[in-house]
Amino acid sequence: MDSALIPEGVKRCSFGKFALGIIIVGGVLLWGVYAMLLVWLKGLNQTNMNDFYGFALWIWADLGVIALGGGAFFTGLLRYVIGKDELKNIINCAVLIGFICYSSALLILAIDIGQPLRGWFIFWHANVHSMLTEVAFCLSCYFAVLTIEYIPLILENRQLNKVPFFHNLAHNMHEVMAIFAATGAFLSFFHQGSLGGVAGVLYGRPFAVREGIFIWPWTFFLFTWSAAAYGPCFTLFVTRLMEKITGKKLVKQNVINLLAKISGWTMGTYIIAKIIDTWYWAAATAPALGLNLIDFYSNNPFYGIWILIAEIVVCGVIPAAILLTPKGRSNSTLLFTAVSLACIGVLINRWVMVLQVMAVPVMTFENWVMYIPSWQEVATTILPVAYGVILVMISFRYLPIFPQERELNP
Amino acid sequence: MKEEGKHKKAKKYGMVINLDECTGCGACMVACMAENNVPFKEDESNKLDSIAWMRVYKLTNGKSYPEADICYLPRPCMHCEGDHGHSPCVSVCPATATDYSHETGIVSQIYTRCFGCRYCMGACPYHARYFNWWDPVWPEGSTKYLSPNVSPRMRGVVEKCSFCFHRYQLAMDKAYFEGRTELEEDEYQTSCTQACPAGAITFGDLNNPEHKVHQLAKPDNKHGGRPGNPNVFRLLERLGTNPKVYYMSSREWVRRAGDNYLDNEDFAKNYRR
Repeated sequence: MDSALIPEGVKRCSFGKFALGIIIVGGVLLWGVYAMLLVWLKGLNQTNMNDFYGFALWIWADLGVIALGGGAFFTGLLRYVIGKDELKNIINCAVLIGFICYSSALLILAIDIGQPLRGWFIFWHANVHSMLTEVAFCLSCYFAVLTIEYIPLILENRQLNKVPFFHNLAHNMHEVMAIFAATGAFLSFFHQGSLGGVAGVLYGRPFAVREGIFIWPWTFFLFTWSAAAYGPCFTLFVTRLMEKITGKKLVKQNVINLLAKISGWTMGTYIIAKIIDTWYWAAATAPALGLNLIDFYSNNPFYGIWILIAEIVVCGVIPAAILLTPKGRSNSTLLFTAVSLACIGVLINRWVMVLQVMAVPVMTFENWVMYIPSWQEVATTILPVAYGVILVMISFRYLPIFPQERELNP
Repeated sequence: MKEEGKHKKAKKYGMVINLDECTGCGACMVACMAENNVPFKEDESNKLDSIAWMRVYKLTNGKSYPEADICYLPRPCMHCEGDHGHSPCVSVCPATATDYSHETGIVSQIYTRCFGCRYCMGACPYHARYFNWWDPVWPEGSTKYLSPNVSPRMRGVVEKCSFCFHRYQLAMDKAYFEGRTELEEDEYQTSCTQACPAGAITFGDLNNPEHKVHQLAKPDNKHGGRPGNPNVFRLLERLGTNPKVYYMSSREWVRRAGDNYLDNEDFAKNYRR
């Protein structure tokens, strides 16, 4: 039925099967849209946030998808600026994931604010001292860059590409893509960093605050570094997942190995920096404010020291060690385990830097505050996931996302 | 008039709350809500999302009879100065919806500019900032009793104690009309100060040696305003928020409860760092 739109030389499932998949995921999407409309129409009272928990599930999801989408800027930097040519075979996938993650992040931000119609105030009345201002500007600009990077991919659709103007436009955009990749990397450095800065500058919150250099707390650099390390892992995770679902090899092993190796080195160095940061914070920063490390991980029903171990050791040191060894990278089970753990690790880090920050009591006569999200919050958090799945399904079916697919599946 | 204003000495309005005198009656909370049109819910049992610009905490020393002791601690906005006006909340607001006035030392909140990101709430360690989760619902007839000097807030924005700033504006209007640029101590007082039956709250200009707040707190402006009076302390002094609300108590456990200390720390030596 839609075979004219499918890239030449590749096989796709029947249209009926594809449509059924879209309908099922679309149902989840509609559930999320319904919750989103409830929040927009009735306000944030639809959530379980409160005056002690002003930042909650959505901000975690926001930081999470931005970190996972970091594969786009880092792979782009490696491919177009540093010149790792093999990565051209996975860059489209990285760009697609980045586009989904960043559009989701912007949508979440639009849902999360109490007065959505005033969202533009962040640009109009910008406070240059606020990390959130930097986030808003860089995030919006980088989303524009990602859109520019995604457009030529759309124009390469079999039918669209027949139109000479679209064909030439896509070709010319590819020619200048290095400029956009470099711009994207520059913007990403700042917005990933400023998201880290959002927590690090909270000097009223001993759990979050970090020393730093000039105006930038160490979390600024750690967030950028971790996005560069863990983002490509999510690209590899999605690629592997798509290979499993479609039952086809989509990217050659040498490309996977190269990205995994680079990610392993970035992750290894990041985790060393993270350990040093945590040690200094626990040994110097917190005690100077009258607090011990264990104060942040005790006297509450959820946040134990396990979360620190899970983030740094289980989902940091272990995946980095796997990715750094040739054996680990070449064994598909080990590789998939490593990239899965890495994705969980960066999500734990973002969770801790948002939700645990809010939960920890600061005044001596207060207690920990626990929070369970409402169904509306859960639904609106699942909404971007459903939207992402749909966009991946459509893009994979109709666009040449994986250039090696035809060669690998003759 | 503008020129005169330029040469005026900057004010630093602040409070000293005597915790040994506070009975925990809550009159300050009630007065604050009435004065500032603070909205309330039909069911106020969940304190996590109810608005109280002034909130009274109950502290205990954790000991059993006969050594058991309690203390009530009223907590308005601390109007932190931080480092040169970079108070925790002001520096993070992305839309400049909250500001630190170097003229009065008061941290303002511009309700019509706030878009409800709540970053300031996350930044405030005192939980002095509140979000309007609902539009205010005033019981029938009660709108007649709202203060005409304070704008009610809509759903989706953050609000907090303003040190009854509208009273400052009214007092200044009166002073200008009378050809003055300076206020007398009693011309500008917050509603909680006036409502306290025990006289536990003292309000005034911390920069003015003639004002009682200055005499009680003896603030050392060269060292972030830390108190010179050994019985006076500020909440979470060590964070560097540089608050303008001081607390006074003769009881050491109360002063110690104002901040976090390591178990092996010499409290007497460190508590006013």
